[in-house]
Amino acid sequence: MLATEKVQPTRKLPWRTATVREIIEETPRVRSLSLDIPDWPGHRPGQHVDIRLTSDDGYQAQRSYSIASAPEAAELLVTVERIEEGEVSPYLSSEVIVGDKFELRGPIGGHFVWSAFMTEPLFLVAGGSGVAPLMAMLRHRAAAGNKNPALLVYSSRSFDDIIYRKELAALAARSDGLKVVHTLTRQQPAGWTGEKKRIDPEMLSRVGFSPKEQPRIFICGPTQLVESAARALIELGHDAGLIKTERFGPTGA
Amino acid sequence: MSEKPLPLDGNSAAGLLSELFAVEITGASITCDGCHHAAPIGAARLYGGRMGAVFRCAHCENVVVRLVRTPEGYWLEMKGARSLFVQARGD
Ligand SMILES: Cc1cc2nc3c(=O)[nH]c(=O)nc-3n(C[C@H](O)[C@H](O)[C@H](O)COP(=O)(O)OP(=O)(O)OC[C@H]3O[C@@H](n4cnc5c(N)ncnc54)[C@H](O)[C@@H]3O)c2cc1C
Ligand SMILES: [Zn+2]
Repeated sequence: MLATEKVQPTRKLPWRTATVREIIEETPRVRSLSLDIPDWPGHRPGQHVDIRLTSDDGYQAQRSYSIASAPEAAELLVTVERIEEGEVSPYLSSEVIVGDKFELRGPIGGHFVWSAFMTEPLFLVAGGSGVAPLMAMLRHRAAAGNKNPALLVYSSRSFDDIIYRKELAALAARSDGLKVVHTLTRQQPAGWTGEKKRIDPEMLSRVGFSPKEQPRIFICGPTQLVESAARALIELGHDAGLIKTERFGPTGA
Repeated sequence: MSEKPLPLDGNSAAGLLSELFAVEITGASITCDGCHHAAPIGAARLYGGRMGAVFRCAHCENVVVRLVRTPEGYWLEMKGARSLFVQARGD
């Protein structure tokens, strides 16, 4: 191939104006925003959007946020965790009010996606707000009536930091093949009998699907959690080609 | 562990790539010229800021794609890639 090719841009993915319809308090540090986006083309579970904020003096900051809602849902949801000192997340997770508008483009990404047509076991591993795109998959799975085995292993700092806690419990109570395993790494409520260490090979082999079942694996969250979980699953014998990852950056859980 | 900043996944540059490619390119398979490993662009290691991106092979860390956005246009360098396979539409 040519060492360097100069190429012309296409304009396939326009910036649209999103309007905040509703704000849902998920945890003390996390909010979901229900967005109204004219001519939204629909999305696949696992995809994200780019959000661009412009200040009065014209300065722009752009970040990616996963779509947390199912394609079947009427509204588009993003779930944003507050990173202190961050440029974009403090606005989206704390300061934003209903009726605010900002620019958004999407849906984006064709690799980290799952569809309820897939019949292999679904093995999801999340840390903190990394649960957002996996929630889109689980909401889609429920809406589509997919009953194949599915497992979410989800690491949070504390009980109160569990995002979508009630909805996850409700999804797991449908007896449609979904199991949710929480691990609380910093603080556990009195009487907690669940997991309390960081996700590691021992936990994944004990609670997870075996490599023989060839689950489709999606791991999402802070970069370090994603890398250690992916490494652990490969160590346990899972095919690297079946593992898809979405690193959110240093953002910690 | 290393001085290198933490990478993201190639998938997270899908928005930037969509400014250039008419098809969703993160699902396309790229073959590394260093180790001949083929993997989706979305599975590559992504380094760099929001103005540009360096994609490294997840297998051997060879740079497979470099994309820089300047006010005048986009520079795409792929000398570390052997080939790019884009599946026909209709999957
Ligand atoms: C594909 C993709 C999807 C994403 N989806 C989501 C999502 O659904 N929800 C979500 O909340 N985020 C998501 N993120 C992360 C998001 O894009 C931003 O990176 C995040 O919101 C922080 O942006 P910020 O502007 O607030 O912080 P920045 O201004 O970018 O960062 C501020 C500083 O804080 C540092 N920093 C970041 N996290 C921490 C931390 N925990 N402790 C200490 N320092 C830290 C940064 O390195 C930087 O120096 C996603 C990222 C990607 C790549
Ligand atoms: Zn390689």
